[in-house]
Amino acid sequence: MTPRLDIRILLPVLSLAILLAAVFWLQPRAMSYLGLNLLFNLAVPVALATVAQMIVIMVGDIDLSMGAFVSFVACVTATLVVDAPGLGYAALAAAILAYAALGALIEARRLPAIVVTLGMSFAWGGLAVLLLPSPGGSAPGWLRAVMTVKPPLVPMAVLASAAIALAAHLVVMRSSFGVLLRGLGGNARSLGRAGWSPVALRAAAYGLAGLFAVLSGMALVGLSTAADANIALRYTLLSIAGVILGGGEFTGGRVSPVGAVIGALTLTLAGSFLSFLRLSPDWQIGAQGVILIAVLAARLLFGRRAR
Amino acid sequence: MGDGTARAPGAAPGRTPIVRLDGAGRAFGAVRALHPLDFAVRPGECVALVGHNGAGKSTLVNLVNAVFAPSEGRVVYPGPEGGDGAEGPTGARRVEARRSAGIRAVHQELSLAPNLTLLENLRIAQRDLTGRGWRKRAADRMRGAFDAIFPGHGIATRAPVGDLTLAERQMVEIAMGFAEGAEPARLVILDEPTSSLDASIAAQLVAHVRAFCAAGGSVIFISHMMAEVFAIADRIAVMKDGRITEDRPARAFTQDSLVAAMGHVATEVAATARVAPEGPDILGPGHDLSARAGEIVGLAGLAGHGQAAALSRLYLSLASDWGRGRAPRAVFVAGDRARDGIFPLWSIRRNVSAARLGGLVRRGTIDRGAEAALAQDWQARIGIRTGDLSAPILSLSGGNQQKVLFARALATEAPIVVMDDPMRGVDVGTKAQVYEIIRAEAEAGRTFVWYSTETDEIRLCDRVFVYRNGRIGTELAGDAITEEAIVANSFEMAATA
Repeated sequence: MTPRLDIRILLPVLSLAILLAAVFWLQPRAMSYLGLNLLFNLAVPVALATVAQMIVIMVGDIDLSMGAFVSFVACVTATLVVDAPGLGYAALAAAILAYAALGALIEARRLPAIVVTLGMSFAWGGLAVLLLPSPGGSAPGWLRAVMTVKPPLVPMAVLASAAIALAAHLVVMRSSFGVLLRGLGGNARSLGRAGWSPVALRAAAYGLAGLFAVLSGMALVGLSTAADANIALRYTLLSIAGVILGGGEFTGGRVSPVGAVIGALTLTLAGSFLSFLRLSPDWQIGAQGVILIAVLAARLLFGRRAR
Repeated sequence: MGDGTARAPGAAPGRTPIVRLDGAGRAFGAVRALHPLDFAVRPGECVALVGHNGAGKSTLVNLVNAVFAPSEGRVVYPGPEGGDGAEGPTGARRVEARRSAGIRAVHQELSLAPNLTLLENLRIAQRDLTGRGWRKRAADRMRGAFDAIFPGHGIATRAPVGDLTLAERQMVEIAMGFAEGAEPARLVILDEPTSSLDASIAAQLVAHVRAFCAAGGSVIFISHMMAEVFAIADRIAVMKDGRITEDRPARAFTQDSLVAAMGHVATEVAATARVAPEGPDILGPGHDLSARAGEIVGLAGLAGHGQAAALSRLYLSLASDWGRGRAPRAVFVAGDRARDGIFPLWSIRRNVSAARLGGLVRRGTIDRGAEAALAQDWQARIGIRTGDLSAPILSLSGGNQQKVLFARALATEAPIVVMDDPMRGVDVGTKAQVYEIIRAEAEAGRTFVWYSTETDEIRLCDRVFVYRNGRIGTELAGDAITEEAIVANSFEMAATA
């Protein structure tokens, strides 16, 4: 049992380490406080979105609206939160509640999450365009300050990633509430038999995912200081890839929050790595795909040997 | 009797029952699963529920366990903490009343969440495991239960339950059923608890249940294994066609009278009359096992000693040469139906024809008529109890689902049938039928490789390999295959190791 469990965490760590070593070898100047911060800066919102996606995958669903939702949150943050803070934060809270309501709807009506979230992605996208028809807006001052803070010794991006991983680990893996959410992905029927309400639990899971997604959008605005209705569309697939890269599985509630954050870091780093290789941007997305497939193939191979 | 109601004679009268059914029955649409009946379990009672698949045992247990509400009558938990269980449209109140009455259930189809560790699974069953240090409290409760029921079990508490073997998972469920909790266990429902346990572990369970009842706890015990029923129960309720037909103290029954009461004549397995086939090994080199054409080969031993692994190795090596474009040489009959047997969303017909589709193709599409004919033919041959083969497979009872899996395998032309403890949770009558079919097919030249946890079935084999510590310890053949020999050979090395 132990070897297989280790593989789950070991492989994401190993792929990150190899990629990091390759980046340092190509560009030794990246091996510095500033360099690390630049490399991982944009990983913070990706990591938050990946954790959000992981929670949805954990309860057996998949969220195709993640990118559109994060874009919408970014637009709200860059406009309403700056202009009318009260209204802005209320809108973000309402967005989280809407996510929870979606979860309840999916469970109560037994709808396929993939369809519901695909539909919602157009709704979020439309709302984002209504709010911000052309790129613009500005970041709230405190948010900008948080995202550009320079702690001693370790850059903010690394500290933030560690904090996200720790928080997600505590909530999902250690708390007794997280056990219920994972149980929903593993065997929803036995939860129902024990008297838990699957509707309430799925709503809670989606609400939690919505919270992380909102944080992702806010972090993104804090870094980019402006927003755009399409700013985070890539996040849908990036977050799914990050969860899988981090040792998660599509079914059965087997996920790893620490792995998911590491997966997000790996994917971000893969982009930088390919730039350092002077690969044309046309090829970068394809090359990212190759990296993803290589890691998954390695997981399959090791996993089989461990049996 | 036989009027659909039942008394509870000889059952500590005067003591308040833990659960009482007042004329409770259940219908699913037009299908009557349980006729209205009275039934009660009192503290200290150990009630065995016996009957064929589809006799209504599961429905009765689900009423007691508040999985669903009765469609008429009431389910009452008269104890101090209990209440009327029949109310509560959402079911939450019903389940709450059941839980505070101290009723726990160990289900036949395993109901653990495979991605959680066993401590985390206990957390789902026990609501008070929350807040600081809940893992430690859960660990204490699980350890206590394990040490009491299965001393020396050696089950890893930190691994996800899905990584445990079937037998270990069943032990976990049983331990959870008896574990200490905010509401102590007063009535534990054991639905086929020993179906994947080997004899020594099952004996530990029987001993624990006796002690539990002696200390004032109650058990509802469902089993198809007569020896266990008599070892455990002090009261036996016989069910037939959705009614309780007899409900008497266990000593009022004998094994034969009980089987007769269930509605089948005792089928003493004819252990003779088969001439073991001669001939060369057909499995080919690279296997510890060997089998001849037309032979029934058994794999026996204590659970977890390598039989199951050897069986899957054998099957994979025989069935996975599709790259060469040949029909597979072996077919598989699953024991763990839900996991590797049925296609839960498909109809019965499609489940039957799944392994044979290659032979049903006409001009590149499936010949629906031939498929229907195949399913009907096998329904008649193996007796699948349903009026409509296009109904979903899940509308069948467990035993009938198993028959579908047999039909699927036997409908192919593969010369070797690999069976992974396929009789788990199958009633006596069905077993006898399937034994007949296996023998007939073996006479016709098919080879069966049969892993079983039940000695009765192993005795039907022509040759038996007894596994110890991951490899074949002994090979028995013909008259040497006796229960004593198998048990002795299973334990021999375990004792010296």
